[in-house]
Amino acid sequence: MTSPAAAYREHLDRGELAFQECGSCGKAVFYPRVLCTECGSTELTWRSSAGLGTVYATTALHPRDKDPYNVALVDLDEGFRMMSRVEGVPAPDVRIGLRVRAAVVTQDDEPVVIFRPEEAA
Amino acid sequence: MSRDLRGRAAVVGVAESDLGQVAPGLTPLDLIGQATARALEDAGLTKADVDGLFTASSYHALAALDVAEYLGLRPRYFDGTNVGGSSFVSHLLHAATAIDAGLCEVALITYGSTQRSDGGKLVTPSAPFPYEAPYKPRYPISMYALATSRHMHEYGTTRTQLAEVAVAAREWARLNPKAFMRDPLTVDEVLGSRMISDPLTKLDCCLVTDGGGAVVLTSPERTRSLGKPPVFLLGAGEATWHRNMSAMPDLTTTAASESGPRAFAMAGLKPADVDVVELYDAFTINPILFLEDLGFCGKGEGGAFIGGGRIAPGGELPVNTNGGGLSYCHPGMYGIFLIIEAVRQLRGEGGDRQVPGSNVALVNGNGGTLSSQVTALFGTEATL
Repeated sequence: MTSPAAAYREHLDRGELAFQECGSCGKAVFYPRVLCTECGSTELTWRSSAGLGTVYATTALHPRDKDPYNVALVDLDEGFRMMSRVEGVPAPDVRIGLRVRAAVVTQDDEPVVIFRPEEAA
Repeated sequence: MSRDLRGRAAVVGVAESDLGQVAPGLTPLDLIGQATARALEDAGLTKADVDGLFTASSYHALAALDVAEYLGLRPRYFDGTNVGGSSFVSHLLHAATAIDAGLCEVALITYGSTQRSDGGKLVTPSAPFPYEAPYKPRYPISMYALATSRHMHEYGTTRTQLAEVAVAAREWARLNPKAFMRDPLTVDEVLGSRMISDPLTKLDCCLVTDGGGAVVLTSPERTRSLGKPPVFLLGAGEATWHRNMSAMPDLTTTAASESGPRAFAMAGLKPADVDVVELYDAFTINPILFLEDLGFCGKGEGGAFIGGGRIAPGGELPVNTNGGGLSYCHPGMYGIFLIIEAVRQLRGEGGDRQVPGSNVALVNGNGGTLSSQVTALFGTEATL
């Protein structure tokens, strides 16, 4: 079998943020696992997230000799939460409730999901 | 329905090792040795009496084995449960269960750490979590900062209220000769200290000290032959809902909302019955969350509740009477010091910080990043 971590990475390599959906109860499961945290079913199907979400919690870290950077928890519209960071606005200005969109960037030669503010339509 | 453990075990000895910045070369096991010898003396027992061992460590993955060997114990019951800083409160429940079942008679709970001497970084055996590590949160402060941000957003909790928690802790510490930080502290000083992971500043964070502790429990029958007044475990409860912050269901409600009611149900008590409260204050948000989750005030009311000196010396609800992890001592896994202080208060050994007439004490241990919550209620013989 393909491990959950490897399957997640394959999606990331294609520029996609993936999550699992339970075939039994419909729960969105994240981080990748072999069973549903709600009902225990092993019938999980990979889905690609549309990448739209809302900042649930946020902090700006202030290292002594570097610029502040953001760490946030983002609630994706599909019903799962992940840790990430919001780029494109100063770290201390990231607000809870901000609508954000995912992007896959390269960091230390690894694909990483970050978020940027979703422009008002 | 669980068997009734109310009053089926009692603490008969407590002690700290050297605290703060200990002599160069002392190891975590040395501090465990110091605390154990002192707690056994406090209990009027000897090492030969100990037949149950309960311990957890960030230094020793197989802590029960390292500690048994160092102390020269051959316990017939041992438990190395490690659920973070709450482990020792968890050990209380496990030890009471073992004592009640006759699996051991004299249980030693012990801990030691030389975190400050080792360079002041949190010593953690945890591997980085791959779904959080790339974002470089500072562990554990950023996790608590995230919870704080959410509490401020939902309930209007302010940085000034957080600072009041630190100031109350310092006022208690000023009454405790063993406290590491005893200088006066103001709200403005907390607000003006270096921002680390906003909204938490350096002075919203617990200390990094060395230190160890030991607690000796035994059966009610065995306490009768011992000198000091026994402090009975009236109730205890455990709960965990997550390990990593991104998996915490609701950042403003901890599992203490389950562990607390479990402990109160076993004890047959309610928050209004509690005389003195010892909460794991790794960060200033913690007491606010735990006072809410344990039922001392409503959800979201914690920030206002702690105001006006309510939890400070002379206040209506004495909280963290030793000065807490914020001002007294925090060697990484603070939970054992909550127990030591609760026992001292119920024995009337609090000195300048004694809360007069204390008969019931509540302890709430916290582990990981608000991940494990373990609540215990202690009472004097009068409460049985």
